[in-house]
Amino acid sequence: MSASKWAYNLSLFREYLGNYIKTRLTYRADFWVEVLSDLLFSAMNLVFIFVVFGHTPSLAGWSEAEVVFVYGYFMIPFGVFGTFFNLWNFSERYIVKGEMDRVLTRPAHSLVQIMLENVDPASLIGSLVGLAIMGSAWATLGLPFDWYDPLALLAMVIGSVLIYAGLYTALAAISFYSDAPTGIVPLMFNIQNYGRYPIQIYNKGIRFLLTWVLPFAFVGVYPASFFLDRHGDLEMSLLTPAVGVVVFAFGLFVWNRGVKRYRGAGS
Amino acid sequence: MTSAYFDLIRIRFLMMLAYRVNYYSGIIIYAINIGAYYFTWKAIYGNAQTLAGFTVDQMTTYVAVSWMARAFYFNNLDREIANDIRDGSVAVQMTRPYNYLLVKMMQGFGEGLFRLTLFMFPGMVVVSLIFPVELPTDPLRWVLFFVMIWFSFLINSQLNILTGLFAFFVENNEGLMRMKRVAVDLLSGVVIPVAFFPFWARTVLEWTPFPAITYLPSSVFTGRMAGAEAWQALLVQAVWFAVLIVPILVMWRASRRRLFVQGG
Repeated sequence: MSASKWAYNLSLFREYLGNYIKTRLTYRADFWVEVLSDLLFSAMNLVFIFVVFGHTPSLAGWSEAEVVFVYGYFMIPFGVFGTFFNLWNFSERYIVKGEMDRVLTRPAHSLVQIMLENVDPASLIGSLVGLAIMGSAWATLGLPFDWYDPLALLAMVIGSVLIYAGLYTALAAISFYSDAPTGIVPLMFNIQNYGRYPIQIYNKGIRFLLTWVLPFAFVGVYPASFFLDRHGDLEMSLLTPAVGVVVFAFGLFVWNRGVKRYRGAGS
Repeated sequence: MTSAYFDLIRIRFLMMLAYRVNYYSGIIIYAINIGAYYFTWKAIYGNAQTLAGFTVDQMTTYVAVSWMARAFYFNNLDREIANDIRDGSVAVQMTRPYNYLLVKMMQGFGEGLFRLTLFMFPGMVVVSLIFPVELPTDPLRWVLFFVMIWFSFLINSQLNILTGLFAFFVENNEGLMRMKRVAVDLLSGVVIPVAFFPFWARTVLEWTPFPAITYLPSSVFTGRMAGAEAWQALLVQAVWFAVLIVPILVMWRASRRRLFVQGG
């Protein structure tokens, strides 16, 4: 994309965000309930970690603070992803109800429009909570803080967000090829469960799947271990941004091909 | 009249058959979840023989049977009711000569029956081939287990109905429904058996209906509760079923008085 195109999309983003805030202010209570229910989901996973470590000192060599650290890291890209790729009801809203036709008549890229129409900044609060959790685990573990750590974190988070974005874009694009793939999104939602815990606890097959096929391990344990010196899996963690770019390019490719094939729901 | 309710079960059963993609992906989802928790628990045990009174094999069985039971009792009645209320179709349904809540219950049962026969039974066979699951040999335990997951279905559906009916009182109960789902998964014992919680949390949980949904039937199935204790667990479920009828009736009455169809 050229510079002017970026500026154009950015101005669109401002407009959509303005609209979002206006609609949200009419249902103020909903906003907080949504934030709370998002956080509750993370709270459940954290409670799981705490309860489990009440019974064991380590999980495949990982201490409680380390597992919490990984989870805190995971929450950051997950929140950013949730803000911009709120595509859960894509098939229902855009294909079945035919809103895709409206999107395609406009000049901006279809994916950008759909991202912006569904933008959900409430999810970002989850990222902030994740950052706080990671920070406190950082202190508990007494990890050193190097000048490049914030930069590395930024690069890792961008890589992780791109992985999520690419996978879900490809997934949403399946709606262009087949009708009613309603079961696939919950499927992915469940697979990502694997990426949050140290990958060492799984067998070889699952490890391979999470690293090279559906690279959810790059959304949690690999990038986080960059900062955990003891588990330093340097090569894998440095791969995160690259894997992100590859996966997102793949997602975009599937999407663009799908849009070309799209003929409308026809009614 | 009764035959009308039976037909509702049948129709929902057939409807589930029609959505085959959901069926296949559902099987994979449950396999994934059982697998994820199996490996996680194996790592948690490490070299330990028993934790919170569970042996490793009991834990594996517990995880498998809990997810399978969840396949049976799980339904989206809360969402269906909330949608009926939001789009106003509940008003039409109320004029019909049947009990709206019973209709929902029957539809949920049709769904549960579908998953029980086409999902839980084959799933259990597959799971016991892959993972070291110990099935009970005592036929009475099997019978008791199936009676108990019937109550799990009733209690979980009651909670769903309560959550769904909230849509009468607030304009959007999406957040509430999501919270309920998380609460049921965490507190009922699917994710962590109640015995693993610290003492104070267990004491609190004993006064909620959640453990009756998963923890009690799965404990009976794995043999952690036997004899008098097992019958007592069944009694606890029956009591919760009876107790939960009260708030449902109260809410149902109150909501009919303040029916307010948005848009419409």
